[in-house]
Amino acid sequence: MTALPSTTAQSGLPTDPPTPDGPRRAVVVGGNRIPFARAGGPYVRSSNQDMLTAALDGLVARFGLAGEQIGEVAAGAVLKHSKDFNLTREAVLGSALASGTPAYDVQMACATGMETVVGLANKIRLGQIDSAVAGGVDSTSDAPIAVSDPLRRALLDLSRAKSTQARLAALARVRPGHLAPAAPTTAEPRTGLSMGEHQALTTAAWGITREAQDELAAASHHRLAAAYERGFFDDLMTPYRGLTRDANLRTDTSVEKLATLKPVFGKGLDTPATMTAGNSTPLSDGASTVLLASDAWAAERGLPVLASVVDAQAAAVDFLHGREGLLMAGAYAVPRLLARNGLTLQDFDLYEIHEAFAATVLSNLAAWDDERFCTERLGLDKPLGTIDRSRLNVVGSSVAAGHPFAATGGRIVATLAKLLAEKGPGSRGLVSVCAAGGQGVAMILEAA
Amino acid sequence: MTDTYLTLVNTGVTKTIAKRLGLPRPVPLRRHRPGQPLTGGPVLVLHDDASARDADVVAGQLVGWDLDVRRHAASAERYGAVVLVLTGAAHPEDLSAPVLAAAGTLRSLESAGRVVTLSRPATADDGPAVAAARQGVDGLLRSLAKELRAGATGNGVVVADGVPVDAPSVLGALRFFLSTRSAFVDGQPLAVDSAGGALPGDWDRPLAGRVAVVTGAARGIGAAIAATLARDGATVVAVDVPAAGEQLARVANSVHGSALQLDITAPDAGERILAHTLSRHGRLDVVVHNAGITRDRLLANMEPDRWDSVLAVNIAAQLRIDEALLAARGTRDGVLADAPRIVSLASTSGIAGNRGQTNYAASKGGVIGMVRATAPLLADAGGTANAVAPGFVETEMTARIPALTRQVARRLNSLQQGGQPVDVAEAVAFLASPQAGGILGRTLRVCGQNLVGA
Repeated sequence: MTALPSTTAQSGLPTDPPTPDGPRRAVVVGGNRIPFARAGGPYVRSSNQDMLTAALDGLVARFGLAGEQIGEVAAGAVLKHSKDFNLTREAVLGSALASGTPAYDVQMACATGMETVVGLANKIRLGQIDSAVAGGVDSTSDAPIAVSDPLRRALLDLSRAKSTQARLAALARVRPGHLAPAAPTTAEPRTGLSMGEHQALTTAAWGITREAQDELAAASHHRLAAAYERGFFDDLMTPYRGLTRDANLRTDTSVEKLATLKPVFGKGLDTPATMTAGNSTPLSDGASTVLLASDAWAAERGLPVLASVVDAQAAAVDFLHGREGLLMAGAYAVPRLLARNGLTLQDFDLYEIHEAFAATVLSNLAAWDDERFCTERLGLDKPLGTIDRSRLNVVGSSVAAGHPFAATGGRIVATLAKLLAEKGPGSRGLVSVCAAGGQGVAMILEAA
Repeated sequence: MTDTYLTLVNTGVTKTIAKRLGLPRPVPLRRHRPGQPLTGGPVLVLHDDASARDADVVAGQLVGWDLDVRRHAASAERYGAVVLVLTGAAHPEDLSAPVLAAAGTLRSLESAGRVVTLSRPATADDGPAVAAARQGVDGLLRSLAKELRAGATGNGVVVADGVPVDAPSVLGALRFFLSTRSAFVDGQPLAVDSAGGALPGDWDRPLAGRVAVVTGAARGIGAAIAATLARDGATVVAVDVPAAGEQLARVANSVHGSALQLDITAPDAGERILAHTLSRHGRLDVVVHNAGITRDRLLANMEPDRWDSVLAVNIAAQLRIDEALLAARGTRDGVLADAPRIVSLASTSGIAGNRGQTNYAASKGGVIGMVRATAPLLADAGGTANAVAPGFVETEMTARIPALTRQVARRLNSLQQGGQPVDVAEAVAFLASPQAGGILGRTLRVCGQNLVGA
């Protein structure tokens, strides 16, 4: 060892601390995910922990990190068993990473994966850690099933009861109806409406046509298929349980085929129902991870630097009183992010807008090009305008790939980082991911 | 893949029955574990009169390896190995004394015993009697190996004229044949062509500091090669097709290496191997071309796709990758720069032929030719290229052979059993080692002395 100042990796201190000019960069080194399966498919017996561990191990293998101690790992799941209170730490312990790698769980609905990237990138920028793995996982096949609240209360009282009389009293409160299990749903707790029904309201409000949705859905499939064809995912994905591609991908779909599907959401509205299984995301199982680092950490290991995490912004909207659509928060997060970074909506080479539904993307785009929305709701003096659609979701998105809720952020960040690296230094990408609870997270990445 | 027959003839009442019936009774072979003694007992070094000096040199070296070395056969002794130094033999009559002295020791050879001959190759420049003596050793060795039992093997080191018997590759090959690393190598004369190569600092970790790429590393022989090279100290880049990524990740992580999901038939495969290996590990010293496929058909029924795909994966991809790597040698630091090694997987099918495998045998014969022509291209940096030709090895691939055919195939060698992937891996690791630098463009069979073929 040369006699450098005391900032060595061994001392646990960052090797390139933040400069007086501001924080250092946090960069995306690469990513790994397992192919996304449809609910009830090949991952039906895989737990969230199994899938997250597999995604981590594939990442570790790709970057030769077996036995290494990473600064921190953060991941999460939307549908989570109570026994998985330490899901990410347990996955790390079961992985090839050194057991001294700390880990924590994050939960922000479908923006979970995005939020893990934001938090960890900030820690790297501040010099608190040099390396990190962000990620997320979800299984709709192995979802937790809870007992009803009355049964749960009765059982808890029973466990606390000290006399036979008290025990009998607790049990006597149980009625047959209480025994029905409570399965998780995508319904909003405060409105009782499913996510699809919420989007149907927004879709109708913005007048998004069936044709436009099917067109976007077909493009998603075709672009994802083309990306597989050119080997784009060879260093972003590790097969799992015999699945080598996203199971939802339909290479041979077309606008015509999609047009034959019956609408499933918005059937009770006055306007024609336009949202089908084909232009919505299916329930999915899968996991994703992203390797983040400081430039120095990556350079020491000869690891690539795909892009830097420039900035991120969360937003939330009031969807309860019909003032805004449930999945429209991204439309609010993006302009704040643009303003802070002195950019316009057109200053990007690539856009990744999460396709919760094809109509979600189209509603966001419509809103940004709407004078009234931009001035009244966003407080801007003119619309953000349109984007070049050929730059949007260029290798497909959730409608084709599937959407294991917490895994989508990691999928998008790793995919976009690689796309930007392919485009060359300085190219810039914008991400927007909507989430339950009227929330959304937007992010800017820039090719390193 | 378990060999039930092998278990049956070595346990309980079925062992007795097999013995009474005179059935073939293969024994479980002893395999290498670090720290294990080199031989199972004392080593007897015998020689013909003209080889006395070479025998002294060899015996001295064996003593240096902490072996209990004897120079005269004692009838009551159980030897772990017998080394026959015949390098000076000038007439077939010269073989008589040392060979007959060895004969008396064979019945009491320790299990997994070793007989190793050291001799010179017969060439057209030799006098007829010299050539007869030298070529005679070859016939002696191959026959003796067929007579040995209980996991014992016989192999030969054939040392080119002018190369001293203490040259690194002579000692390296001798040690390899004496050790359990060569458990499934039997009846093989291995040529040492030059005094090149270097003895390793640590015989247990000869590949320390070296970076090795292994193709087809996700399973079977490739996974064993990755594990064995890593055990010997190498940093391993494990390569396999994207579809095998799950197993590949497991292999890479278990050896603390890195995984590269890559179809080796891609036009830019060599460049992608270079980019990954140089960026992650800074250098590339060893390439093991292990990836291979079979698409068996009688030639009369051969579809073009079956022929083409086998040739594409098993030989054309290796050629293209080597071309890219060799081209990068001059221009990029760390590429096959210091004592580089290319080890390629051939097959006994490529030597002896195999019905239904014209495509496979063409590709594997191609490998044998390729390494012979590639070795000189690496000579400037003390490098070499060699091949390993496995016989019947217990893998997922051979598990698909129909049961009866498989049982027969297993017994058709002197050790009367199939080899394990690690047996092939040990031979690859030896040829990748610094001590193999004097072995130039050769093919080493790992086949238990398969009864078919050369």
